[in-house]
Amino acid sequence: MKTFDYVRARTVEEATAAFAAAPGARYLGGGTNLVDLMKLGVERPTALVDVSRLPLDTVDELPDGSLRVGATVRNSDLAAHPLVREGWPALSRALLSGASGQLRNAATTGGNLLQRTRCPYFQDLSKPCNKREPGSGCGAREGVHRDHAVLGHSPHCVATHPSDMAVALAALDARVELTGPAGDRVVAADVFHRLPGDRPELDTEIRPGELITAVVLPAATRGLPSAYRKVRDRASYAFALASAAVVLRVEGGVVARVGIALGGVAHRPWRARRAEEALTGAAPSRAAFEHALDLELSAAEPLRDNGYKVPLARSLTVDVLTRLAARSAG
Amino acid sequence: MTSRSSRTTLTVNGRERTLTVDNRRVLLDLLREDLDLTGAKKGCDHGQCGACTVLVDGRRMNSCLLLAVALEGSEVTTVEGLAGPDGEPHPLQRAFLERDAFQCGYCTPGQLCSAVGVLAEAAAGHPSAVTGPEAEAGEPTPLGAAEIRERMSGNLCRCGAYPRIVEAVEDVVP
Ligand SMILES: Cc1cc2nc3c(=O)[nH]c(=O)nc-3n(C[C@H](O)[C@H](O)[C@H](O)COP(=O)(O)OP(=O)(O)OC[C@H]3O[C@@H](n4cnc5c(N)ncnc54)[C@H](O)[C@@H]3O)c2cc1C
Ligand code: SF4
Ligand code: FES
Ligand code: FES
Repeated sequence: MKTFDYVRARTVEEATAAFAAAPGARYLGGGTNLVDLMKLGVERPTALVDVSRLPLDTVDELPDGSLRVGATVRNSDLAAHPLVREGWPALSRALLSGASGQLRNAATTGGNLLQRTRCPYFQDLSKPCNKREPGSGCGAREGVHRDHAVLGHSPHCVATHPSDMAVALAALDARVELTGPAGDRVVAADVFHRLPGDRPELDTEIRPGELITAVVLPAATRGLPSAYRKVRDRASYAFALASAAVVLRVEGGVVARVGIALGGVAHRPWRARRAEEALTGAAPSRAAFEHALDLELSAAEPLRDNGYKVPLARSLTVDVLTRLAARSAG
Repeated sequence: MTSRSSRTTLTVNGRERTLTVDNRRVLLDLLREDLDLTGAKKGCDHGQCGACTVLVDGRRMNSCLLLAVALEGSEVTTVEGLAGPDGEPHPLQRAFLERDAFQCGYCTPGQLCSAVGVLAEAAAGHPSAVTGPEAEAGEPTPLGAAEIRERMSGNLCRCGAYPRIVEAVEDVVP
């Protein structure tokens, strides 16, 4: 590992200033992804600005009923928070289905959103990877890509985003709050992560030096039936092959509101807008759900060895929708 | 001013230590190489096996991914610190012995620290991925075998002592 300076920031201003003062700096949250990548030589920061002790470690209810989650709240505490369990259960379930108890105790909300892909070529300096080294090629496209994307990928990168939490946030219409050299701004969670296009080195819309300060769970999805389901190679402590976060409100026998995000299938949590449009105003039935998922997944372009993800994403999402609809109905 | 190493104070198994640590030092290496506490084991060095699990301010974490400099002021408990002040083994240590919950023993220090964390998390009402929706937030979560298996999934055992480990933890559940 390359040596680096270490700065512990006490305020948000101190953090962004320390970052600006050190070209090649990285913010340090729980370190469960960054330190891992530093050991592998994938990340070589000149300085670490430790933001894990910033006073952003609270979960606060806002007057309009939304919930602001500070960027340094640990994944385990967020999953256990009574208001999250009650109001946005899909988020709690998504967090709990990720990583391990030990990792969730260390991992922060901000760091979880910005964790890098688990593509093995990205983690291996001896292999080509456009995300790690733009222009070097994509090892996975014609290589080992069983875990890779089936939607929205490009010739330059076929990686998936590994976060479970981010999938729930996308479905729940959460917002990401940022601060940086150019001031504060807010980005919707479902467009916070990018598709790779010809800039696969950029995972998200975050700008250099920007700090995530909070994630806001909106009042609009509070208390609605929501769920998260994840399929993986073993029952626990593994990344998703495919997953789905769904929020569903049925009123007067028709779908009044639906949010669907798919995980493990794209470079970002895949908000299934076409399926949502098809379902809104329709009577909730298994056939309607299947039809909606078929519409959505008609855009899929599986690679040589990951075609299984299309029927997998379809059936698991239909299953979650069916269960939620049954709950709404009775 | 460059600061490629830092002066850090942390408490390890009840004893305060002030050390100059290379910024690159992870807690696991600090414990094993600088403090001669070789209980925590290095399995994968990447957060994937749990052999390095220790308690930091009472919470279980993978010491291979924690930079020591970032732990200034923290209280660390390793397997060496689980026994009582009179040397009396921790109830989990006793249960592991009684249940024969290990073979080679390499994963055991991590399993023990992790299990201590599991008991505290359940007592504090933290849910797991298998906790039913009926569980009340804020109430202690009951721990059956399924809960223990899920909550201990971050600790791999190459010898496959899992069934005995689950039984040992069940013995200690209040
Ligand atoms: C073995 C293993 C299994 C795992 N399994 C899963 C899984 O199944 N599902 C899943 O979702 N995740 C999984 N993870 C990933 C884990 O969830 C992430 O490592 C963790 O959430 C990252 O959070 P952190 O605080 O430790 O981030 P760090 O490692 O500290 O940081 C990650 C990135 O975010 C940046 N950063 C951190 N905080 C901020 C901030 N406030 N503002 C701006 N930038 C910031 C850092 O600079 C860095 O680039 C697994 C990890 C491991 C090691
Ligand atoms: S899929 Fe993306 S991350 Fe993986 S090798 Fe190709 S460019 Fe790199
Ligand atoms: S050595 Fe830390 S998790 Fe394997
Ligand atoms: S007892 Fe040998 S690895 Fe668990």
